[in-house]
Amino acid sequence: MAALQFCDVTLGYDRHPAVHHLNGTVEAGSLTAVVGPNGAGKSTLFKAIVGALKPLAGHIERNGFVARDIAYLPQVADIDRTFPINVYDMVAMGLWRRKGVFGGIGGDTHGAVEASIAAVGLTGFEQRAIGSLSGGQMQRMLFARLLVQNSRIIVLDEPFGAIDSRTAEDLMHLVRRWHTERRTVLAATHDVELVRAAFPRTLMLAREPVAWGATRDVLTAENLEKARRMCEAFDEAAATCVREAA
Amino acid sequence: MLHDALTAPLAEPDAMRRALAAMFALSLSAAPLGLILMLRRMSLIGDALSHAILPGVAIGFLIAGASVFAMAAGGLIAGFLITIGAGLIARATTLKEDASLAAFFLISLALGVAIVSVKGNDEDLVHLLFGSVLSIGNAALLFIAGVTSVSLVALALIWRPLVLDCVDPGFLRSVSRSGGAAHVAFLTLMVLNLVGGFLVLGTLLAVGLMMLPAFIARFWARDLTAMMAVAVGSAIVSSFAGLFVAARAGLPAGPAIILVAGALYLLSVVAGPVGGLIWLLLPRRHLEA
Repeated sequence: MAALQFCDVTLGYDRHPAVHHLNGTVEAGSLTAVVGPNGAGKSTLFKAIVGALKPLAGHIERNGFVARDIAYLPQVADIDRTFPINVYDMVAMGLWRRKGVFGGIGGDTHGAVEASIAAVGLTGFEQRAIGSLSGGQMQRMLFARLLVQNSRIIVLDEPFGAIDSRTAEDLMHLVRRWHTERRTVLAATHDVELVRAAFPRTLMLAREPVAWGATRDVLTAENLEKARRMCEAFDEAAATCVREAA
Repeated sequence: MLHDALTAPLAEPDAMRRALAAMFALSLSAAPLGLILMLRRMSLIGDALSHAILPGVAIGFLIAGASVFAMAAGGLIAGFLITIGAGLIARATTLKEDASLAAFFLISLALGVAIVSVKGNDEDLVHLLFGSVLSIGNAALLFIAGVTSVSLVALALIWRPLVLDCVDPGFLRSVSRSGGAAHVAFLTLMVLNLVGGFLVLGTLLAVGLMMLPAFIARFWARDLTAMMAVAVGSAIVSSFAGLFVAARAGLPAGPAIILVAGALYLLSVVAGPVGGLIWLLLPRRHLEA
């Protein structure tokens, strides 16, 4: 059964496509790596999956899911780490879909927040300001928020960028657990070795899908070279795309 | 002459009581807004907006003289038009929101001063620019109390999306659409408070009571709630101390209030426990862990 289905999806900004004519299916319970050079459209694709960006053309089928119910790990760079908010409050924001703008966060949900903080090894850090966390601790905190969200579909934008190997291992352990729980997981990463070792399926993106399928079929030298070349073409004065929907 | 005009009402104790009440109310709502503005890295937006309301106020003044409601209505209309205009330009063009607001406020300031000078004299202009906290009537007092009440309730309602939109906007967009609405509501509250502040402090100084307490709070607290308490507290202390200093020293009240806030700010920069200069210069041994 498909968890996500892309129907001729084109995504972009100012009519310039960042992801061009994407078709395909993410099976429910699959663990997929999304690889590709910088600017390949990985983050753009994820923003569209979680409903934060409207497609320029085509649409995304979520088969019974609401976009807002998909758990999303944004890139750490998009977070203002100087903001005076503590770890507990940040993790508790994972309750948003249940509590909304006004719902109180207390007794009934306190346990879930504490358990998630414990699961990523941050017990004792609850009252620390997020600005005082290291890069690895920051990423652990964001994974705790994903745990609180408890979603069937989880989308991770560069979860293992700029963190040490021990943290990456711990977080990868959580990803594997989600996979055994039959949750659908998509993760963008530049770590090709990790993808070969841990991700059964891979989507290679370079503003257009280069290859999509079993990881060993996708991660070939030929495909990697093709992706690199495709990403270097950006034309400010590009003509209107007239390609027919496949 | 200018000096007399600004300090004369100090003789009346009733005027002092009104001024205290108005400043207390304004401190409660303007300081938290300033704090959010600072945390959103939009500190100078307050400045731009406060200048932008001047032509509206001036047109109100031109039509109805020194009537509180005419001037407040003019200020609100101008404030909303410019906020919306700047927002639209920022969305439709490559100009960022702060740049398009800055463009609007420069035009507005020039337009406002020109309009006032058509009818009013220099004294009127000084009142509009720097306020007349010691001669506010019932209407202005009620308006300010209303602004504060609305602001506090609205701020409580939009608090969660407002905060999350500052820290992690990408995540907020993934769970809710409320970020945009909260931003619009926030800008609306800004305009309301700046018009309220204008009635007592004038268009140029109104933003002082909003921003200086926020900057002070940064040096005293690490946590948002504590920062809020420090900001509101220092706004109230500055208002009260400023009014009394003005009464004793025969200074104009609006500038005195902002000067006290400014003094507290400088003190915080030097001695504030969170990143104050003194702690950088003191040779202290590092901790165990």
